[in-house]
Amino acid sequence: MIPELGHFALWAALVVAVLQTVLPIIGVRRGNARLMATASSAAQAQFLMILISYACLTWAFVTRDWSVSYVAANSHSELPLMYRISAVWGAHEGSMLLWVLMLTGWGCAVSVFNRKLPTDLTATALGVLGALSIGFMLFMLLTSNPFAREFPVPLDGRDLNPLLQDPGLIIHPPMLYMGYVGFSVAFAFAIAALISGRLDAAWARWTRPWTTAAWLFLTMGITLGSWWAYHELGWGGWWFWDPVENASFMPWLIGTALIHSLAVTEKRGLLKAWTVLLAILAFALSLLGTFLVRSGVLVSVHAFATDPARGVFILIFLCVVLGSAFSLYAWRAPKLVQQGEITLFSREGLLLLNNVFLVVAAAAVLIGTLYPLAIDALNAGKVSVGPPYFNAIFLPLTAPLAVLVGLAAVVGWKRGRVKDVVRQLRWPLLVAVVAAIALPYLIGEQARILALAGGFLGIWVLVTAVQEVWRRARSRRDPWQGLRQVPRSVWGMTLAHLGLGLFIVGMTFVSLYSIERDVRLGPGQSAELEGYTFYFRAVEHHVGPNYDADRGIVEVERKGRVIAQLHPEKRLYRAQQMVMTDAAVDHNPLRDLYVAMAEPLENGDWALRLYYKPMMRLVWLGGVVMTLGGLLAISDRRYRLRPTTAPAPAIGGAA
Amino acid sequence: MTKRQKRMMAVALLVVGLGVAAALGFTAFRKNMMYFYTPSDLVAQSVPEGAKLRLGGLVEVGSLKRGEGLLVDFTLADCKQAVPVRYDGILPDLFREGQGIVATGSLDTEGRFVADEVLAKHDENYMPPDLAASLMGPDGKHACEPFKSVTQAAVQS
Repeated sequence: MIPELGHFALWAALVVAVLQTVLPIIGVRRGNARLMATASSAAQAQFLMILISYACLTWAFVTRDWSVSYVAANSHSELPLMYRISAVWGAHEGSMLLWVLMLTGWGCAVSVFNRKLPTDLTATALGVLGALSIGFMLFMLLTSNPFAREFPVPLDGRDLNPLLQDPGLIIHPPMLYMGYVGFSVAFAFAIAALISGRLDAAWARWTRPWTTAAWLFLTMGITLGSWWAYHELGWGGWWFWDPVENASFMPWLIGTALIHSLAVTEKRGLLKAWTVLLAILAFALSLLGTFLVRSGVLVSVHAFATDPARGVFILIFLCVVLGSAFSLYAWRAPKLVQQGEITLFSREGLLLLNNVFLVVAAAAVLIGTLYPLAIDALNAGKVSVGPPYFNAIFLPLTAPLAVLVGLAAVVGWKRGRVKDVVRQLRWPLLVAVVAAIALPYLIGEQARILALAGGFLGIWVLVTAVQEVWRRARSRRDPWQGLRQVPRSVWGMTLAHLGLGLFIVGMTFVSLYSIERDVRLGPGQSAELEGYTFYFRAVEHHVGPNYDADRGIVEVERKGRVIAQLHPEKRLYRAQQMVMTDAAVDHNPLRDLYVAMAEPLENGDWALRLYYKPMMRLVWLGGVVMTLGGLLAISDRRYRLRPTTAPAPAIGGAA
Repeated sequence: MTKRQKRMMAVALLVVGLGVAAALGFTAFRKNMMYFYTPSDLVAQSVPEGAKLRLGGLVEVGSLKRGEGLLVDFTLADCKQAVPVRYDGILPDLFREGQGIVATGSLDTEGRFVADEVLAKHDENYMPPDLAASLMGPDGKHACEPFKSVTQAAVQS
């Protein structure tokens, strides 16, 4: 009964979505305020319907209702409650429902928080969001209904994919989807701006917090995904340039560019058409990512079960949405006149340069991801493009970005003066050079050219980010008061840049100085790695809730002192008879020690994989700090001011 | 410089920048593109020693031999041909005889494929789509008698 209710609520939501699309648009055309106002109520009603539907599916999982085939396929009677709840988004149908839940959630949030916007703009934006949810709901109802029943009812479920039974996986997909879907708001506002022809500083200021919100979720989602892959896949890698990772990374790059170009549009009224294009592109890439993951055209750890009908549907949907968005853009964008000129050596000029680099980087990733598909479609052979391609092209493109981060912060709007810039940047430059030379010694390694370069760029970003706050604090007589008056958006920007700096340092060192050894050890034997001795003590049997495991006991010694005891596991998940590796990690900010049980060999020997990874934690810490920066930025008061009365402040604000 | 000259300069710079980026990208591409081969392809075509490629096939039943440390030798086959493979490292969790895998590596002087990465999908019925497609005969079926799991997997995929 409950699943039917969920199914019904989904249909009801579809009807509401149609109303949400049609009524406000008629209202806008006729100038009818009452019809326009229906958009908000419809958005809230739609969210409620989907929430009910989602709760019903969760209920089916919690109560182990095997008559629902999606539940039977992705759960098991022994599955712990936590994973039964997260199993809702463990496969295609349910994660689509989560996707729609978030889409309507964002729509609902827009209807609540943007009451002070001009009604026609809100109405149009909500209409666009309604149209998007029509597409996704039709997709679900026609090709992937999560509430479909199965007869005869199976005795037990087939269990959730063991790879997904991990705390990281409970929050990774929702975060990622929040980010993906969040760009739909910027997209909807961009379309509304194109339709109404009004694109001014106020528009940019409304759009900024939404974009930053989507971006911070995406940042967190990608960070969590990387962390999960690191300790769950047993390969000890944190980024594989897997097509699905790329699918989430491309919107992130474009979203980052969008955040920066929105700052220019708000402050200087420039780059309007470009900003709108980025807003469309960010969402386009989110949709493309969905297509790649769902249609099964990709071979990847993430790829969902394939069904050609789904691929075709999403492809058509993609063409309709993007085709109409780009046509609208081509038609209306020339009318978005910009006021004033842009010079390269100014804040806005450098931000534009940053945008160029980000977009080119995203394009390079896109080419590497789609090329094998294109070649395959042309029947010209099966190729794959490996991580070396991405590293070779991506790193040179992003290194200048790190330089720009520090530079743009001290260059004024409109026109920068070289003398001022040099004066302000001497100290950060000196600090960065010294710290870059000192860093390798901190972890006791030989300095290498690339490590020096990466360390320099990272520290440079860190120091210049701190300098921004420092400068503002010093501009007052009482530094404390100055510090307190730093707006949250500036704190947000500073934190985001600090996160970037931490990430660069971490990435550089973990990529250059990681040491990996695959060894064969019997109980009682040991292996050396970078001054750490790994003693393989014993293997014991361990019974988990839905798996059996061989659990190794590995003691790590350094200079005769035991510093850690690690318990890597080899698990056999009973329901699917699937073997999984669960790695064990000992970490501190300077290094990770990683042990994974690979395979049992003869006479009780095991193949073990040992890693020493310096500064691994900084990579994820960077992501977390960036996310916090995003949170701070969107909580700034300036976004809560009544937009119709508040003039754009001349100073302050993040760029 | 006049405004017009400045703009032309900017355009010229942009074109040069794009050209450099494209050239870099293209070389990176050429160097890192790996073609997919089946054992039959590998035997039929002359692939230069040391060229990086991906080889997909089924691990022949009974061919797995462990050497010193983590060294393993096995035979990767499709319905017609078989290629000896050597790998020094840790095999994935789902590596089993009779199962479809994809190995990345290159040929050595003795015609042996030296793998530096071996991938098996986390699904026992899984067959790499590239492999499944290449094993498929014109009638949409294939008969690889020695490998029972092949037929099974092909039905699934």
